[in-house]
Amino acid sequence: MQRLGDFRLPPFFNYPPYFTLQPVRETREKQVQLWKDLILDYCRSQKIHTISLEEDFPLFSNPKIERSLSHEAKEVFLAALVSEGRAEWMDKGHKKCLILWLRIQDWANFILNFVKDNGLEVMTIEEIRSGIDTRGTELEGIDRGVLMRALRQLEQKGKAAIFKGTSADDEGVKFSV
Amino acid sequence: MSAAAADWLPSASVTASGRPVLSTGEVERNLLPLVDLEPEENPGLAPLRACLLALTSHRLIFLHEPSRSARGLPLATVVHAYPPHRRHSHNPLRSLFSSSSSSSSSQHHRIRLQISMPPARSEVVAIVVTCKADVDVFFGRLLEAIRARAWEVAPVAAPSSGTPVAEGAAPAEDIAIRMPVVGVSGILRMEQESWESAGQNLQDAFQDLNALMSKAKEMMQLAEKMRLKLLMNSSTESNSNDEEMGSKQDMQDLLLSVGIVSPVTKETAGALYHQQLSLQLADFVRIPLEKAGGMMALVDVYCLFNRARGTELISPEDLLQACSLWEKVDVPVMLRKFDSGVKVIQTKTHSDEEVFARISSLAQKPDALQKGISPSDAAFTLGIAPALAKEHLLNAENKGLLCRDVSPDGFRFFINLFNEIDAQNIYSQKPHGLYNAWISVAMASH
Repeated sequence: MQRLGDFRLPPFFNYPPYFTLQPVRETREKQVQLWKDLILDYCRSQKIHTISLEEDFPLFSNPKIERSLSHEAKEVFLAALVSEGRAEWMDKGHKKCLILWLRIQDWANFILNFVKDNGLEVMTIEEIRSGIDTRGTELEGIDRGVLMRALRQLEQKGKAAIFKGTSADDEGVKFSV
Repeated sequence: MSAAAADWLPSASVTASGRPVLSTGEVERNLLPLVDLEPEENPGLAPLRACLLALTSHRLIFLHEPSRSARGLPLATVVHAYPPHRRHSHNPLRSLFSSSSSSSSSQHHRIRLQISMPPARSEVVAIVVTCKADVDVFFGRLLEAIRARAWEVAPVAAPSSGTPVAEGAAPAEDIAIRMPVVGVSGILRMEQESWESAGQNLQDAFQDLNALMSKAKEMMQLAEKMRLKLLMNSSTESNSNDEEMGSKQDMQDLLLSVGIVSPVTKETAGALYHQQLSLQLADFVRIPLEKAGGMMALVDVYCLFNRARGTELISPEDLLQACSLWEKVDVPVMLRKFDSGVKVIQTKTHSDEEVFARISSLAQKPDALQKGISPSDAAFTLGIAPALAKEHLLNAENKGLLCRDVSPDGFRFFINLFNEIDAQNIYSQKPHGLYNAWISVAMASH
């Protein structure tokens, strides 16, 4: 079984047409679906939050069969994720893409369950992103923007309250479990 | 009314697309649409209505297009042809005898022919031209054809004409007494001599040309004769070995491609040019199409057709127009345009399904599963031109049968596995099926 780091690649990763954007509609739909799933799975397992189209991304090329995605193909597959709310363009030029392997509301639920399970009540933002408690979990290294949007959703539901510290990067959150 | 009614005329055979079948050495001279043939003095003979009239070197063929039946009037029986005129009414008897429908044709041109009918009977018939056509040109050609008496020229007799004249002229010049070249009369004489020799050269040149043309005709006849002989042989000697059969086949192909004996030209067909060309083309492409598996690129047909026509070349536009007329008539071939713009001629019975099945089985061979197929691979397997093979592959891709792989190595097609893959569980592989077959081939190669 082929691997990319510790990620197990599906067999069709060696199927050359998988790397050529298919022009026929039905075939392309299926191809796009397979790429969407693979991108999300890969990003989640590797804790990757952003993909830059300008830089090499290991998933987008297969040296074994000497195939790689064209820029157009990359944009098509990511745009398909964006249209489903599983990704967001970070700039107008579509050069960087934020991957939401959990949707914002799924993140909110995930955080809530996490603090519940661990008996945590007050955390700073930085503690969530790089603290000891979240180390090794999916919350480690979470995109700051994504985290803030998830927390704000919780705040709206009355499940959390964001408070400001002395400086801008010293915000905290109090969960009401 | 079909032409069958006029049984006082010998019937003429018609090709599948509705063109008259010409006999050996018979050449088409002119065509007139919408022609009636009316016997003028014998009401016992049934008239012919609304026929296409083809004047050949041997016959006047009246072709009833809707029923695809035809009658032929041999030119040999024409005793006299009267110049075309509008109907005259000085004969009161005729107005009595003529039917009501013919009286309405008084404004039409009529060409009256006196013909001899067996046994030793003479009739007068009129060709009534009901459309606006150049009747004078037709009449001119008719007279030419009658005078040429092509039907009397036995195919073997052709070579004797032309050549001996040039040989006979030479010795006469040698014994001519040469006058001394002196004074004004000498100059005049020299001038005259140079004129004469120039004239002689010209004549010789044309004689050579005539000789060449008659030779060419001979060759065509020879080719046709050999072809027929081969055909007969191959049907009788079915037990001859393969190699012999192969060479016979080659020979036959060679002879077949010698040409169309009487090509439709703008000159002979006039306004009917494209229509008649279209029908002749339909007859012509049938055999090459069968050999090519039911489909040929238009370009290839153009080359073949023009080669068969010899010197009477047609333009690509004429060919295209001739092909597009097929929609309106009942012929077994059709023009087809692929999405890419490539135009082909195919038989109406040609089915894409069969081609797809062959492509599909080709793409499922272990080698193709791993490396895909290129248009030239498909061309080789299907026995067609690479450009056509590519069209078939693109068509199969469109149907979801194949999908493409574009890489620096080129443009290749793979059997479409996307629908075989379970999107819910991308690591799973069914124990059977195409995807599994592909995986085992792909694993073995890496």
